[in-house]
Amino acid sequence: MEKTTKKRRFLRLKEFWRRLKKNKLAIVGLCILCFLVLVAIFADFIATHDYAEQDLLNQYKLPSKDHYFGTDKFGRDIFSRVVHGSRISLTVGFISVGIALVFGSLIGAIAGYFSARVDNILMRLMDILLAIPQILLAIAISASLGTGLTNLMIAVGISSIPQYARIMRAAVLSLKDQQFIEATKAAGGSNFRTIFVHIIPNCLAPIIVQATLGVAFAILTAAGLSFIGLGLDPGVPEWGAMLSEGRDYIRDFPHMTLFPGLAIMITILSLNLLGDGFRDALDPKLRD
Amino acid sequence: MLRYIFKRIVMLIPVLLGVTFIVFTLLQITPGDPAKAILGPTADAAAVAQLREEMGLNEPFLTQYGRFVYKLVFEQDMGRSYSSRQPVMSLIMQAFPATLKLAAFAVAIAVVIGIPLGIISAIKQYSIFDNTALILGLIGISMPVFWLGMLMILVFAARLKWFPSSGFSTFRHMVLPSIALSAQSVAVIMRMTRSSMLEVIRQDYIRTARAKGQTERKVITKHALRNALMPIVTTVGLQFGALLGGAVLTESVFTIPGIGRMMVEAIRMKDFPLVQGAVLFIALAFSLVNLFVDILYAYINPRIRSQYK
Repeated sequence: MEKTTKKRRFLRLKEFWRRLKKNKLAIVGLCILCFLVLVAIFADFIATHDYAEQDLLNQYKLPSKDHYFGTDKFGRDIFSRVVHGSRISLTVGFISVGIALVFGSLIGAIAGYFSARVDNILMRLMDILLAIPQILLAIAISASLGTGLTNLMIAVGISSIPQYARIMRAAVLSLKDQQFIEATKAAGGSNFRTIFVHIIPNCLAPIIVQATLGVAFAILTAAGLSFIGLGLDPGVPEWGAMLSEGRDYIRDFPHMTLFPGLAIMITILSLNLLGDGFRDALDPKLRD
Repeated sequence: MLRYIFKRIVMLIPVLLGVTFIVFTLLQITPGDPAKAILGPTADAAAVAQLREEMGLNEPFLTQYGRFVYKLVFEQDMGRSYSSRQPVMSLIMQAFPATLKLAAFAVAIAVVIGIPLGIISAIKQYSIFDNTALILGLIGISMPVFWLGMLMILVFAARLKWFPSSGFSTFRHMVLPSIALSAQSVAVIMRMTRSSMLEVIRQDYIRTARAKGQTERKVITKHALRNALMPIVTTVGLQFGALLGGAVLTESVFTIPGIGRMMVEAIRMKDFPLVQGAVLFIALAFSLVNLFVDILYAYINPRIRSQYK
């Protein structure tokens, strides 16, 4: 029995991969994302300079052989800063989505699985969070927690919880009355086991799609928060913060903003391409 | 229909109360003493203690929250700004028109460009036009609004000198910020229109309309678009809310004197009543827009309308 389930899962994964492979844009997105992850991991080897090292004799240098992306107002090497920034952005993206995913799915699963009363209370709470535009909620949380990487991830994470809760709840509601769930319950399975072993694994498709697009949103939000001076401490090579530093020099030294901005855009683009591809591959009904 | 509207308004009240609670709690957990923040770092301890007493900061949390809500509802009073000492409400009222104008312009641009592009993409599925629009749409969604704004300032304000790069007094001032802010929404609305139209075009009644000899133009505008419109209306409504949030960043880039920029300044000055007021006010505006969209949706959707006859 266990073996057939495993085999079925493997076959499903194979089918998913076959469908994803056919989507060229999604594969492009996947390749870019893998490249970015590698850059983040090997940032120390790829960077040509120390990202924090100031060189006041070489301020505002245009891109050249010595400094691929030029230097900023402290003479720091922008290429090295962009490379190290990938580490921060990807960490913020994945961890804050992780936070939202864990709490959101749990809240959604509980709301969908238990009585209408529990559902009502939890979902009204989510409605309250949804009544504040997400970036604003992140700003408000971040303003009250203070700066720092951890606080930034918490702020972005909390502000995304309701979306996962809603998706998970809808998925659980559609599964709850199916026969295999009733069979599990009849066989004496506890609520805990039913939710974690039987319901959540079967609701993952829409959650994975949302999570992929969510990482993109989290990175954008985090960059936005750093841009307005919330989020990270000064000096940290975060892409949004680099844009903020470069904005006063946009007329004379546009290279200071061009490269961090491109880095954000390429990252978000790859995640969006991959998210769209996941959606099409996981749910053929949604395909155009 | 009236019953539906009434029901929706009643449902809004607990949500808004919840929003006030969250925002108020966030302010409470913020490190730092408001009385000290007002009096400045050099104030002596006795004066701080006296101000704390006057402001009611020594009372229990729920009492403070109750008073906050009471003043907000019955006196439209959100306290005073720490830095300028002016009432938060009047500061917000001064700043809100600019934000509303910006968001409204951006929505208008997004609708006027996004919907036609989506329709053409759907009619000519997989054509060069469709693929180009699809890729441009993806780029639009992936561009941070503040970066796009900066690039537009560089090209259209600094180099070409077609438009001013900051301020918000004349129509020319509004062109760049509105376009920058709308870029993401154009893409989202275009994608939604495309997929909604594709869904509808496959239906039997479209085939019937064509079979009875209707011109293609009429089939698309009269039969297809009308039925495809529901999800598009919802998307436009959601976008308007997102734009109110996105305006925070756009206003920063283009130095527009709206709520967003005011809030960013307030955060920098640790002027929390102003931050609180701005968040509350935008959440209220966002909820009202959503309410309006739901009512509009019910109005154009006969299935919901008939439930509330």
